[in-house]
Amino acid sequence: MNEKNKPILEVKGLKTHFTTKRGVSKAVDGIDFTLHKGETLGIVGESGCGKSMTSLSILRLIPSPPGKIAGGSVLFKGKDLVTMPEGEMREIRGNEISMIFQEPMTSLNPVIPVGEQIAEAIRLHQKLGKKAAWEKSVEMLRLVGIPSPEKRAKQEPFQLSGGMRQRVMIAMALACTPEVLIADEPTTALDVTIQSQILELIKDLQTKIGMGVIMITHDLGVVAETCDKVAVMYAGNIVEYASTEQIFANPKHPYTQGLLDSLPKINEDVDELKTIEGSIPSPYNMPSGCRFASRCPYKEEMCTSHKPELIEQNDGVKVRCWKYTDEWTGTIKKEEVV
Amino acid sequence: MLMFILRRILQIVPVIIGVTFVVFFIMQLVPGDPAVLLAGEGASKEAIEAVREQLGLNQPLYIQYFEYLMNVFKGDLGVSLKNSQPVLDEILVRLPITIELAFFSIIITVVLGMTAGIISAVKPYSLTDVSVMLVALLGISLPSFWLGLMLMYFFSVKLQILPVAGWDSLLHVILPAVTLGAGGAAIVARMTRSSMLEVIRQDYIRTARAKGLREHIIIYKHALRNALIPVITVVGLQFGALLGGTVLVESIFAINGLGRMIVDAIRTRDLPMVQGGVLFASLIFVVVNLFVDVFYRIFNKRIELN
Ligand SMILES: Nc1ncnc2c1ncn2[C@@H]1O[C@H](COP(=O)(O)OP(=O)(O)OP(=O)(O)O)[C@@H](O)[C@H]1O
Ligand SMILES: [Mg+2]
Repeated sequence: MNEKNKPILEVKGLKTHFTTKRGVSKAVDGIDFTLHKGETLGIVGESGCGKSMTSLSILRLIPSPPGKIAGGSVLFKGKDLVTMPEGEMREIRGNEISMIFQEPMTSLNPVIPVGEQIAEAIRLHQKLGKKAAWEKSVEMLRLVGIPSPEKRAKQEPFQLSGGMRQRVMIAMALACTPEVLIADEPTTALDVTIQSQILELIKDLQTKIGMGVIMITHDLGVVAETCDKVAVMYAGNIVEYASTEQIFANPKHPYTQGLLDSLPKINEDVDELKTIEGSIPSPYNMPSGCRFASRCPYKEEMCTSHKPELIEQNDGVKVRCWKYTDEWTGTIKKEEVV
Repeated sequence: MLMFILRRILQIVPVIIGVTFVVFFIMQLVPGDPAVLLAGEGASKEAIEAVREQLGLNQPLYIQYFEYLMNVFKGDLGVSLKNSQPVLDEILVRLPITIELAFFSIIITVVLGMTAGIISAVKPYSLTDVSVMLVALLGISLPSFWLGLMLMYFFSVKLQILPVAGWDSLLHVILPAVTLGAGGAAIVARMTRSSMLEVIRQDYIRTARAKGLREHIIIYKHALRNALIPVITVVGLQFGALLGGTVLVESIFAINGLGRMIVDAIRTRDLPMVQGGVLFASLIFVVVNLFVDVFYRIFNKRIELN
């Protein structure tokens, strides 16, 4: 238990900005979270809120230019990845921290056999010979449920279906038994049975090697199934950060509430799913107040003029909303904190 | 794949017939009478008529053409009007020279062009990149006769390290091959650079980085293979331009190749020689294109299906 409480990855005030002709896009604008050994942290939020850019920033894989880490730190086992020399960073990539990318169709090299694409990372980080690395690569393909892996390993990506390519990506990410796995929508391309197989596999490795997982997903079902903690992102910020139970039982931020309301419920007979009206503000032109204000049913004047901080409540839930502060002046009374 | 190759080979036949057709009739449109030329300036009407009779030049055009075509398929390209040697023999003597020149030129195009393109792409917008691309731009804009003469002046006349002209040793190949290959090299360099820059932005390059691979492995193993696919087509097209260039370069450097032979034949209105020469030049072009097509398809299949 003690082991498990050791923080392995601490992200503090991380900012990633894109400088383009249109101006500066603050895609990630001050993110804090902590991942412990063996823990799974979910990051949820709608498209464009900065989930992928957060995870790419951790491995320093932001396309640059135009992107740049504009501030903050990422402590991995106490060392800051943001300022680390490139050579040291390379030793960590694919070895201690791996990533499964959101785009399975384009993330594999079209002219290199998939087995080799996995084996090259094994050779690099585990100092195995050509043959041993190849065997391990085939073994990984078997592990992620690819039928006749010996044959598949020799094929190029175009000969594989989307689901299989995603599994190749997963095999690649897990090949060097990383301490941290960043999984960006790892199962969206897969059908339900394979999806649960893959999640099971990740869980398995987690208990075996104490791997920490950052699970980025749209699917709150996946969150419920796999995550210990959840960070809800909105327009480059975390708006709520809590344990999975707390998030589902008692969502605090109006945005989180909206997300959960938009889920289909089994015991309710509704014709239409609720959706959150309006859309995310432009990252080039963020409002000075609460970023969710324009869509918030509880909006007050202070919400549009001043930006709330991410504040920890009595129950340990962190939420970025004026409603949970003493300054709240709204007609709806300050939410009871259970 | 085999079907594709077979189909492509079959497609060559109509192309070749088309070439003979075009060459034959264009030569008819050019003013001047080969029979007069052959019989000599002051020949009598009867003598000219006899020559015409003998060569079948008094037959209707379509019969002349048809007979020519039949002979082509039998491997008989006629005899030179100038020295009465079989055209095929004349061509076969010169063909290896031109092929050798083209071969070394294309090597220069490919090696020089790709190397320059890669160097540029690795550090885009750097001083190296800008200088390399500037030279490439010059390479494209400079006419090759000027480049040829300049190279000849510097290396043969001034420095005297390379022979001026002729075709005896490998040293003789250098200047003509550079002259002929330079323009293509410049085009290939620019193409390689832009293709590399495009590929480096792709998701799979990010994946390669995420594995912790070193930059040179990312460039040479992951990026280059993909970036060269469009470059292959450009090289193929360049080969066509290069064949045209042999005419000029062979004249400048006094190389007795197919290109110069065609020019001489045109000047002397040696109709069978022109026809045979152009026919062979087209044949080379078509065969090279066939190779490029097949090669490209083998590579491209992965991309298309991706
Ligand atoms: N190359 C770029 N240039 C400019 N801005 C960019 C670039 N890449 C990303 N961004 C900005 O980063 C923001 C966050 O993008 P990100 O990919 O992290 O979203 P996401 O939460 O992963 O969305 P999704 O759920 O669709 O994957 C985008 O809204 C966009 O404005
Ligand atoms: Mg994303």
